[in-house]
Parts: sequence; structure tokens; C-alpha cells
Amino acid sequence: MSNREVYMDHGATTPVREEAVEAMLPFFKELYGNPSSVHSQGRKVRKAFENAREKTAAAIGANPEEIFFTSGGTESNNIALRGAAKRLNKPGHIITSSIEHHAVFDVCRDLEKEGHRVTYLPVDNMGLLDPSRVEDAITAETFIISIMAANNEIGTVQPIEEIGKIAAGHKILFHTDAVQVVGQLPVDVKKMQVDFLSLSGHKFNGPKGVGALYKRKGVKIDPLYHGGGQEKKLRPGTENVPGVVGLSRALELSVEEIPGKKAALEALRDRLIDGLLKIDDVVLNGHPEKRLPGNVNVSFSFIEGESILLSLDMHGIAASSGSACSSGSLDPSHVLSAIGLDHQTAHGSIRFTLGRGNNESDVDYVLEKIPSVVENLRRISPMGKTK
Amino acid sequence: MYNEKVVDHFNNPRNVGELADADAIGETGSFKCGDTMTLYLKVRNGIIEDVRFQTYGCGAAIASSSMLTEMVKGKTLDQALAITNQDVADELGGLPPLKLHCSNLAADALHNAIENYRARQGIGKTG
Repeated sequence: MSNREVYMDHGATTPVREEAVEAMLPFFKELYGNPSSVHSQGRKVRKAFENAREKTAAAIGANPEEIFFTSGGTESNNIALRGAAKRLNKPGHIITSSIEHHAVFDVCRDLEKEGHRVTYLPVDNMGLLDPSRVEDAITAETFIISIMAANNEIGTVQPIEEIGKIAAGHKILFHTDAVQVVGQLPVDVKKMQVDFLSLSGHKFNGPKGVGALYKRKGVKIDPLYHGGGQEKKLRPGTENVPGVVGLSRALELSVEEIPGKKAALEALRDRLIDGLLKIDDVVLNGHPEKRLPGNVNVSFSFIEGESILLSLDMHGIAASSGSACSSGSLDPSHVLSAIGLDHQTAHGSIRFTLGRGNNESDVDYVLEKIPSVVENLRRISPMGKTK
Repeated sequence: MYNEKVVDHFNNPRNVGELADADAIGETGSFKCGDTMTLYLKVRNGIIEDVRFQTYGCGAAIASSSMLTEMVKGKTLDQALAITNQDVADELGGLPPLKLHCSNLAADALHNAIENYRARQGIGKTG
């Protein structure tokens, strides 16, 4: 085992930054009141909570009354999609992509069972969705379009503003799962012309178990839960005050830092990509330019992802894979299949997601260790012996 | 998620490679998850004298392959035929439930190799 630890799985989750922890602490201790209470302890907490809402709104170009706090990206996606379907109250048509995160993809699958029709739009071999396909798929029954802002596995960034324009032109609700983008790239809900946007705290060095849904003012959906009426009845339940405060602090800082960190992260990403592509029989998955700043996804021929992850782990390197064997299912990721990878290429995929705290030395450490990892596994593999 | 023995066999796989003068070759693969294994046997007087493997697959698949090669060396063909996929997993000290199917290729490849050996011998005798 290695003494060095290099965490390159920021797409899975990120460590909570110190400023967010500091901001949260008082709300575990002296500021413990329920924000719905009338007494001054409750009112103090309410004030801080609403301040967090203002910060969150400002970070994405929204108004505070358009922010609804949730338990994370999955819940935000469910509230938007299922809430719109519930409001419609009859079978309708949904347009989404074939590379959505399961938190949208599986919701759509479930809505199909309830009688809705869903179009899963194909993407090109770099994961890019052609907005004209959205336009072509619209029918009189289409009530919502849900397209992710950037893909969690291959990092491809979608033309959300163009799709937003199309949706607005047809007066169809538009939702984007922006969990991978918020805090990484500038987000402006007005420019994107989205009606809903999902974000999650733990993807930008905030705490886990807290997220938000942006819902444009005037857009009406039915709530999935009923209770004490919190979050304007859309997401009742006593507020996760420390979580929301931590999320808003982390979000505020990560958005502030975008101008400086984006180029730096892209430089690290490209250094890693360039180094990996020097190894024989390695291909880059996703788009070379329209790509999240920290995302690297490559496939190694002749070897399988989970075994690569295990070997990397021995060197203290944390990454992830689209291989079936790493997820416990038999099929490789639907995203890698959707961009046309054959089974073997999909099984040999590894995702490195760089983030805050990674530096050039981390990238060089990975590039130093990986050739022998690949060589050893290829020595064991029966494939590729024709070389 | 894997125990120390599995990790050891994964990190230091035994008997990796091909046998140029193999008496039998057994292949197996899962179309679904894509794992494949090739097993080479050297047999003398009905006893497995030498063995090599090549495997494409996850950690469990590689560790199971390596474990199997240690289990069969020195065994008679009949003894080897009695080895099951479960025996390999047990010998490794167990595998996570989700990874059990990944270990199922090792004994299958062995059985195919023995079948291959007997077919070759059969052809030799009648030809």
C-alpha cells in the first residue's frame, strides 16, 4: 500500500471545505432553533436560513423566492419531474437524453410506467446533444424537457441555453440537472431559460444530504410530500439549517473562485489527458473541448475497469469506472453505451475527476504509476496479444 | 470490499501466461459482463503438472483465476474435475455476494480444458 493519497473522484463527492464547516458549526450548537418558531431563538435561525437562500439564489442568477432546499440532486430532480407530471394529471410526453444521471433517467422510466411517453434523445459519440433533436421531438403532449447541464461520467457540457430557447419558444417546461456544473462553471438560470435547475451541496465542497431546486417564479407543480408547509409547501419538513448554511457558504465561495480556478483545473485536466493518451491503446471518452474543467474519462483496451481501480487504489489513487463490475450490475454504464462504445471499451473506462486540492504533482503521480498498472493487467489479459 | 487473500492473488497473481507446449487449453467467457479466461494445462500420467492462465476481468475474476491454478497443480484430472466455482470462492476465503458471478469463470475454464484434453487424447487414440 502507498502512503500517498491522491483523491481524483470529485465527481462522486468532495470534501467539505473549512469555511463551510465553520459556517455550519454555530447551527449545531448555540443556534439550534426551529426556523418556524416564533421565539427569538427561532427567529435568529430563520434570518440565517433566509440569508443562505439569498446567497444560493445569487450564485445562479435567481431570486431567493425561487430557491427550494432539498436533500440533494436526486430529490430536486424528482420534485421537478414528478411534480410537473402530477400537476398535469394525465398522460403526457417527456423529452430527455439517453445519458442522464439515474436520478433523472430512472424517474423517467418510472413515469413511463404511469402512462407517460418518454423520448430519450440520442447523443453523438462525444456525448453532445444536438438541440435541433429537441425541437424535432416536441409534440402537442410534451409537458417537460429535462436535459443535464453536463454529464457526470464523460463530462460533456450540453448547449443548455440553446435548448432553453427552444423550450421557451414552445412554452414547455425545461429542467436541467446541473449537479455537476454548479460551482464549476458560471450558471445563470435566466440566460439558460430554465424553469427548474437541480444542484447538490456535496459536489462543490459543501455538505452531503443537502441540495436545492430552482423553480422559476410562476411555474406551478404539485408537491410530492405533505407536512408542515415548509419551503412554500413544495418540500415540507423541518429545515436542514446547518446543511443549507454550509451549502450556501461553499457555493458562494466556489462561484467566486470560478474565474481563477477554471483555467487552472482545465490545465491539470489536459495534462492528465495528454499523459494518459501517451499509453498505447487508450482513448478519451467525451468531448475534447466542451468538457467539465475537472473531468477525465479514458478507456484502456484489453483490461477491465474495476481491476484498474483496485490497482490504482494500491497506489493510493482514488478514481471511478463505468465498468459493470464496479457497479455490481452486469451491463456497462448506459452513458458509455449511448456514445457508442462497445462492451469492452466501456468496461475498460476510468474516470478521474479533479477538484479543489489537486495539483500538478498529483497528476504527475498518477501518470507515473499508471503505466505499470496497465502493463501488469495487460500481461494477465488474454486480449490484445496480436501487437 | 475484498479480503486480504483475494487482494494478494490479485496483486501477485500466480501462474500468469501461456504454455507453449500445453496439452490442453480451456476457454470461457461471460458475454454479458465481458470477462474471459484462458487456461493452459500440461498433463503427465493423468496429473496436472503445470498450469498457466490469462484473464480479462475484474479483481474477483483475476484472483479466482490465480487461486484456481494453485488448487489444480498436482491434482489428477478427476480430482480437478470435481473442483467447483464455489470451491474456488471458498478457497479465497469468500467474495462479496455481488462479485460471486465474476469468480464463476475459473472452474468453468478448468472443466473446458479437461474436456479439451480428453478430446485430444481420444483423437490421438483412434487416429
